[in-house]
Amino acid sequence: MSLPTLDFSLILPELVVLITALLVLIADLLWPRAASRGREQAPAVLALAGLILAGLLTLLAGEWSGATLQGMLVADALARYLNLVVLLAAALGLLLSWSYLPHFSTQRSEYYALYLLAVAGMLFLGKSIELITLFVSLEILSIALYVLTGFHRGQLAGGEAALKYFLLGAFSSGFLLYGAALFYAATGATRLADIAAQNAGGFYMLAGLALFLVGLGFKLAVAPFHMWAPDAYQGAPTPVTAFMSVGTKAAALVALFRVVQAAGSVPVGVWATALAFLSLLTMTLGNLAALRQSSLKRMLAYSSIAHAGYLLVGVVAGTAAGFDAVLFYLFAYAFMNIGAFAIASLLERPGFYAVQDAGIHAADGLFGRRPWLAVAMAMFMLSLAGIPPLAGFFGKLYLFAAAVESGWAWLAVAGVLNSVISAYYYLRVVVGMFMAEPSASAHLRLPLPASATLAVALTALGTLLFGLLATPWFQGISR
Amino acid sequence: MPLLFAALALIALVGAAGVLLSRNPVYSALSLLLNFVAFAVMYVMLSAQFLGVVQIIVYAGAIVVLFLFVVMLIGGNLPALGRGRRAYVRAAGVILAALFLLALLFGLARPLPNGLAAVGAPDGGSVQALGLALYVDHIVPFELASILLLTAMLGGIVLARRYQAPPKD
Amino acid sequence: MVPTHYYLILAAIIFSMGALGVLVRRNALIIFMCVEMMLNAVNLTLVALANQWGNLSGQVFVFIVMAVAAAEVAIGLAIVMAIVRHKDTINVEEINLLKW
Repeated sequence: MSLPTLDFSLILPELVVLITALLVLIADLLWPRAASRGREQAPAVLALAGLILAGLLTLLAGEWSGATLQGMLVADALARYLNLVVLLAAALGLLLSWSYLPHFSTQRSEYYALYLLAVAGMLFLGKSIELITLFVSLEILSIALYVLTGFHRGQLAGGEAALKYFLLGAFSSGFLLYGAALFYAATGATRLADIAAQNAGGFYMLAGLALFLVGLGFKLAVAPFHMWAPDAYQGAPTPVTAFMSVGTKAAALVALFRVVQAAGSVPVGVWATALAFLSLLTMTLGNLAALRQSSLKRMLAYSSIAHAGYLLVGVVAGTAAGFDAVLFYLFAYAFMNIGAFAIASLLERPGFYAVQDAGIHAADGLFGRRPWLAVAMAMFMLSLAGIPPLAGFFGKLYLFAAAVESGWAWLAVAGVLNSVISAYYYLRVVVGMFMAEPSASAHLRLPLPASATLAVALTALGTLLFGLLATPWFQGISR
Repeated sequence: MPLLFAALALIALVGAAGVLLSRNPVYSALSLLLNFVAFAVMYVMLSAQFLGVVQIIVYAGAIVVLFLFVVMLIGGNLPALGRGRRAYVRAAGVILAALFLLALLFGLARPLPNGLAAVGAPDGGSVQALGLALYVDHIVPFELASILLLTAMLGGIVLARRYQAPPKD
Repeated sequence: MVPTHYYLILAAIIFSMGALGVLVRRNALIIFMCVEMMLNAVNLTLVALANQWGNLSGQVFVFIVMAVAAAEVAIGLAIVMAIVRHKDTINVEEINLLKW
C-alpha cells in the first residue's frame, strides 16, 4: 500500500483562492485595525489579488485537457469556462463589497475569507465528477453563503433570510444526497464516469436523477423550489446577492449538466420533458412575480429566478450547442446582472442598507442626477430584457436557437413570450430614470465610491462588448 | 438477526414519530437520539462497526447535545416559521410526503440490481479497510471536508460574536 | 441475513417522515431536527448499499455526510441564536419576512 500521489497542478486556481482565504484571515492579525488607519481595506486588496491571480492561472494554463485528480476532480474545458465565470462574478461582487461592507460591518477579514471559501466551493463544484466530491463542494459553497446572507447582523431581515435559506438549503441537500445514494444503489459506483459506463437503467437511476434535480433545483432557485430565493436575495447584503445569484447558478448548472450526462441510461425524453416544464414554470413565475414588486432589489431577485428558467432551456436542449449557449449566457448574465445589482446597491441609503431597500422608484430621475449611471443601468435593463445589440439578446438567441434545433420549439416560443413580459418591468425602470422626477426622499447627489464605479464601468463594458462581439465569443466557447 | 432488525426498526420509527409529533423540542431532541442510536446498531449489523461508533459519538454525543443546549438556552423563545400557514398547506404537505413515500416504496420493494445476496463490506468493514478507502481512494473529498469544516468554524465565529456596528463618521 | 431492501424501505419511510416534518412543523429547531433525520435516513441507505455492493464508497460517503451534518448543525444553531438574541433588542413586530 502506498499513499496516492496527487497532481495538485490541476486545481491550482482553487488552491490559490483557498490560500488567499487563509491569508485574508491572518491579515487581520498582522495589521490590527486600530493601529493602522488606511489599511482597513487590506483584506479586500488581498482577496481581489487572489481572485485575479486565480483567473490568470485559469486563462494562461491553456487548454485543459480533461486530466482528473483520482477521478474525483476534472480539469476540462467546461470547468475552465466555469472558473472564468465564477471568478469574474466574484471579482465584480468584491468590488461592490469594497465600499458597501464598511457601512454595516467591522468583520472585514471574516467576510472576505468566507467569500473566498464560497468561491472555492463553486470552483470545486464545477470540477467535481464524483458524487461525494460534488456533495462536499456544494456544501462548502452553501454554508459560506448561509453565513454571508446573514452577515448584516444589525438587522433582523438578514438573520431571517439566512435562517430561511439555511433550512431550505439543508432540506434540499437531503434530497440531493438521496439522489446520490440511489445512483450508488443502481451502480455501486460514485464516480460519474463509472456510473455512465454501467449504463444501468430502471427505477434507481430514474428516481436518483429526479431527486438530484430537486436538490439542484433548490440551489438554482428553479420553481417550484424557489421560495427561499426572493427573501434570501433581498435580505443578503447586495454585493453578496449579486455574486451568489450568478456564481451559484453557474456552478450548479455545470454540476447538473455533468450528472445528466452520467445518467445517460435514463431516457432523454423523460428528464428533458421534466426539465422543460420546470424551466417554463420558473420563467413564467419569476417574471409574473417581478411585475408586481415594490423593491428594486426584490424585483431583480425575481428576475434572477426567471433567468434560471432561461438557462435551463440550454440544458433541456441536451446538445453541446445548448450547453455552449448556457456558458455564453452565464458570461453575459454575470455582467448585466451584477451591473444591475451594483446600481441597486448605490441607490440604497448609506448606513441603512437593505433596511431602506431601494424602492422601485429609487432610480426615478437618475438621468438628471448621474447621467452615466442612468445610461449604464439602461444598458443592464435592456440587456436583461434581451434587446439587441446587447449581450443578453445574443445569450437568449443562442439558447432558444439550440432549443429549436433539438425539437423544443414550444419552449423557445415560451421563452420569447416571457422575454416580452419581462421587458415591461425592465423598461419601467428605464422610463423612470429618463422621464420621471426624482422622488422626494432621493439623494440629489448620489455618492459614487471609486470601486463601485469601476464595477459598473466594467459590467457596462462587458454587456456592450459581449453583445457586439457575440459571434466570435460564442465560436470561441463552442470550439 | 431479522428479529433484531424488526426491533430496531420499530425503535427508529418511534423515534422519528416522536420528533415529528411532540410539542416540546426537548422531547423531539430525545426522540431524535432514539432514532440515531437505533441506526448506530444497524450500522454494526451491516458490517460498519466504525461508523456505528462514530454515529454515537457525532450524532448522539455532539449534535443532539448541541440541539438540547440551544433549546435549554433560548427556552420558549423559539422562532416560529411560516406564520399564516393554513390547514390546507399542512394537508398538502401530508399528501406530498405520502406520494413521495409511495413512489419510493414502489421501487424499493424489489431486489437490487446486483441480486438478492449482499456481498458484504470488504474485510468485514474493519477500521483498516475503511481507513484505506478514506485516505487512499477518497482522499480528495476527505481534504475538501476539511475546507468545509474550516468554513463552518469561521461562520460559527462570525455569527456568535456580538454585533458591533461600524463607527459612523 | 436481513435483505438489503428492508433497510432501504425503512430509510425511505424515515426520510419521508423527516420531509413531512419540514413541510408541516413551524418550530425552526424541530424543522432542523427533521432535516437531520433525513440525512440520517440517507446514511442508513448508503451503509446498507455499501454492504450490498461490497465496496466502501458508501461508508466513506456516510463519513463525509456526518462531517457535513456537524457543520450544518453548527451554522444552523448559530443562525438561530443570532436571531433569538436579536429579538430581545429589536421590535418583534418587524418580523414578517418569513412567510412561506
